[in-house]
Amino acid sequence: MALDKNQIAQRIAMELKDGMYVNLGIGIPTLVANYVPDHIEIELQSENGMLGIGPFPTEAEVDADLINAGKQTVTLRTGGSYFDSALSFGMIRAGKVDLTVLGAMEVADNGDIANWKVPGKMVKGMGGAMDLVASAKNIIVAMQHTDKAGNSKLLPECTLPITGLKCVKKIVSDLGVFEITDNGFLCVEYAPGVTIEEIKAKTAGRLTISPDVKEMTF
Amino acid sequence: MGFNKVVAGAAEAIKDIQDGAVLMLGGFGLCGIPENCINALVAKGVKNLTCISNNAGVDDFGIGLMLQTRQVKKMISSYVGENAEFERQLLSGELEVELIPQGTLASRCLAAAYGFPVVPTPAGVGTEVAAGKEVRNYNGKDYLMEAAFEADFAIVKAWKGDTLGNIIFNKTARNFNQVMAMAGKTTIVEVEELVQPGELDPNFIHVPGIYVHRIFQGSNYEKRIEQRTVRK
Repeated sequence: MALDKNQIAQRIAMELKDGMYVNLGIGIPTLVANYVPDHIEIELQSENGMLGIGPFPTEAEVDADLINAGKQTVTLRTGGSYFDSALSFGMIRAGKVDLTVLGAMEVADNGDIANWKVPGKMVKGMGGAMDLVASAKNIIVAMQHTDKAGNSKLLPECTLPITGLKCVKKIVSDLGVFEITDNGFLCVEYAPGVTIEEIKAKTAGRLTISPDVKEMTF
Repeated sequence: MGFNKVVAGAAEAIKDIQDGAVLMLGGFGLCGIPENCINALVAKGVKNLTCISNNAGVDDFGIGLMLQTRQVKKMISSYVGENAEFERQLLSGELEVELIPQGTLASRCLAAAYGFPVVPTPAGVGTEVAAGKEVRNYNGKDYLMEAAFEADFAIVKAWKGDTLGNIIFNKTARNFNQVMAMAGKTTIVEVEELVQPGELDPNFIHVPGIYVHRIFQGSNYEKRIEQRTVRK
């Protein structure tokens, strides 16, 4: 069985390490916060200007002046901080954020990513995505392996407008976990019930299966 | 006299903004937007504006109100979803839009605030954002040379300010307001609470008054929330 969105988030949460500063994009990446292992502590950065995103507020705590980058009302963890947009992207550009998790429409086998524009259809803008992918030390992409028509989204090269070049380090798709290497996608884990044959059939870019490939466990 | 920056209200603060002006407007989504000044700009009916703002409001609030009245010629933003009228004007060619990375937007404001003519950023290298821009390589990495913004007016919302123009923001309503307040040729600030000099702790001023030209205490803040998410 392919993973659902929450399972993708749960698998990505296993990549978190104690003491990491992490930026989570909108969509599946946001769900990663629900699966942070109990034995570690991470600090979430929101590019609109806060470190230390806490849980959603209670009805009584809702504050219009306190939102995350997805424009959702949130709270601040004890010891968190606020800052302005220029400083927020300063710390991103300077490589202070340890891990960025974001969604993608397409990833190429050299690590190029496209996730901001579908010409003629979706032209909402890139927000902070281009800044994040250009500077993050480690980028993990959460995505569906194929589009609704079954076409691979792990490609030899992106067909949609590029967000950033050669920046993705790892993909967690509904079918498995893939590292980006000089030889393209390296499959290191497959989702429970998914076969290597299915992964091969649904990956258009260069694909290698790791000799140590294993079934994903949670 | 002296350094008193206080004006009576939004209408007076924006009275010399002419057709064709280039404006910076603070806020992130609808958080921390200068509600009073936007309403005054709509009432004044000034046209052909270029608006530098991270977002473009929603249909019936924020900059969306100025789009309804066709006062905006060009938007320079990083993200413009959640606005049907915006999309319609964009697709019909009535509105010109320049989409730029959010950090580039902030950095071009920062450059103006700090007196740098250009600022190098890796955001957008290899993408359509790079078209026509100078690329320089430092320490093996490519950077786009992005120009400082030149805005006639920066219009921002702060939490508290004094009559000398020293201002403080609240929580994430700081966002683009702080850097834009420092980046305009003329900076207009609306605050929730206007106080006397000495009432704000000088250690905690976010923007010193030297950057601020006009300040007034706003009223009737709606502070609309786009995504009200709560836990039980």
